[in-house]
Amino acid sequence: MIEVSSLSKRYGTHLAVENVNFSISKGEVIGFLGPNGAGKSTIMNILTGYLSLTQGKVLIDGFDITEYPEEAKKRIGYLPEIPPLYIDMKVREYLNFIYDLKKVKFPKKAHIDEIMKLVQIDSVSNRLIKNLSKGYRQRVGFAQALIGNPDVLILDEPTVGLDPKQIIEIRNLISRLGKNHTIILSSHILSEIQAVCKRVIIINKGRIIADDTPDNLSNQLSKDRSLVARIVCTEEDMLSALSTVKGVKSVVSLGRKEENSFDFLIEPEEGVDLRAAVFERVASRGKTLLSLTSNKVSLEQIFLRLTEAGTYEEARKLLGFNDTEESKEEEK
Amino acid sequence: MSAIFKREFKSYFCTPVGYIVVAALYFFLGLYFSMIYSYGSPEIEMVIISMSTVVIFVMPIITMRLMSEDRRQKVDQALLTAPVSLTSIVLGKFFAALAVFAVGFLPTVIFEIIILSKVSVNILSYLYALLGILLLGSALIAIGMFISSTTESSVVSAILTLIVNILVLYMSSFAQMVSVNWIAKIFEKAAFISVFESFGESVFSIPNVIYFLSITAAFLFLCVRSLEKRRWS
Repeated sequence: MIEVSSLSKRYGTHLAVENVNFSISKGEVIGFLGPNGAGKSTIMNILTGYLSLTQGKVLIDGFDITEYPEEAKKRIGYLPEIPPLYIDMKVREYLNFIYDLKKVKFPKKAHIDEIMKLVQIDSVSNRLIKNLSKGYRQRVGFAQALIGNPDVLILDEPTVGLDPKQIIEIRNLISRLGKNHTIILSSHILSEIQAVCKRVIIINKGRIIADDTPDNLSNQLSKDRSLVARIVCTEEDMLSALSTVKGVKSVVSLGRKEENSFDFLIEPEEGVDLRAAVFERVASRGKTLLSLTSNKVSLEQIFLRLTEAGTYEEARKLLGFNDTEESKEEEK
Repeated sequence: MSAIFKREFKSYFCTPVGYIVVAALYFFLGLYFSMIYSYGSPEIEMVIISMSTVVIFVMPIITMRLMSEDRRQKVDQALLTAPVSLTSIVLGKFFAALAVFAVGFLPTVIFEIIILSKVSVNILSYLYALLGILLLGSALIAIGMFISSTTESSVVSAILTLIVNILVLYMSSFAQMVSVNWIAKIFEKAAFISVFESFGESVFSIPNVIYFLSITAAFLFLCVRSLEKRRWS
């Protein structure tokens, strides 16, 4: 649905986006993650045809955004960082205008009513936009993007400025829309991306440093596959019992976290999956295993590690890619 | 284009701007008309021709927000990411402004009817003058729109437009200051005021029509380029 190849954008001497490649197939929900100023909005503005590109190619459903902008734009609904609202218009009036502007073919009143209901702004349809709160304005912006029922939705920080209840509503809405739309969502709120996206693209300093599912990303970063086990037992007995399990590199007690039970951090030798072995050992000692979780890195930690890595190469290294030599050659 | 035209035209009358413009034009039209009427002159074209000074001051109000406001409020993101071409955005706004301007000259129709009911005059001279003011209006709107598209501030846009309007209308006054003869001649001939006043002489001159139309087209084109340029910076 969306194909981006070797996309670069230069503002004067500043390279805002550098050689970005990704492709998104129909029905995917993608999260753009990155600190402020990473280039998320710039990429989104290029995808929607608001900004030009310095180099590269953007295809929306097969249409090049620079060569066939009208065909490409027809397929996109865009909610920019600041919702593009005419504040001296009423909500319905504004949506009517957007409907005419996008030359939509659906029955007008029914289509707009349906969208207003979907984003829950039907109660304010006759109010001036300038008198609406930030949350409502954001939702009017959302409605504007949905008009014409475009296949691709590009949402730049859609939940900024909303209260927690509204955030959950918008998230649910995005999840629902994700069933028959291709969605790109940007955010620096990690839990949001984790909640709605199947795939995350992490951007820092204009480059993509990671493009994977949230789970794969955290797996890659915590390659050691350490486990945390909570067991009803005495500390010393279990320490010695666990340390003799085959494949265990080290066992550390994390102390008493719950009554009568201890937590242990079990680090395996490389490439060994210890879960079954640990369970069996605990069971064979007649003890109760309360929980066994992998010592996973959260998306938040990934994000911090990757974006604090400084250079692109360092960040890639953290993810276990060994492409430093390759890119050095490229530079030559 | 029609969506943008409708919205822009309405927005003039959602704010005081449209009313101020129309009221100012009506006031001066009425004033001039009562003057020629009391002198017993049936020439409505003279009423229209004497409006050029008023137009200079009204024009910045019409065009100042036309492009700059969208950019300031970031609404241009909705326009520029919608499946419409830059040309139709610019034309939609242009015709909306021109329509407001034209509404300001509606009373002259009534004036002409009043005159026609008393004496028989050549209606063509009135129509030439009306065509002249609309052509002058389009040229000035196009210039003002282009200026508005280069800035985010409507105040800057208004002041610049006022200065430029005075310059292009009264270039001929600077002609004496220029020592080079042919440049002085260009100043004299190209001044909007001399071209415009010729429309009051009941002679239809195609070059004059083309002059205003090409100025309009040139500045509309520049306005499109200025929007396009923003995408590249």
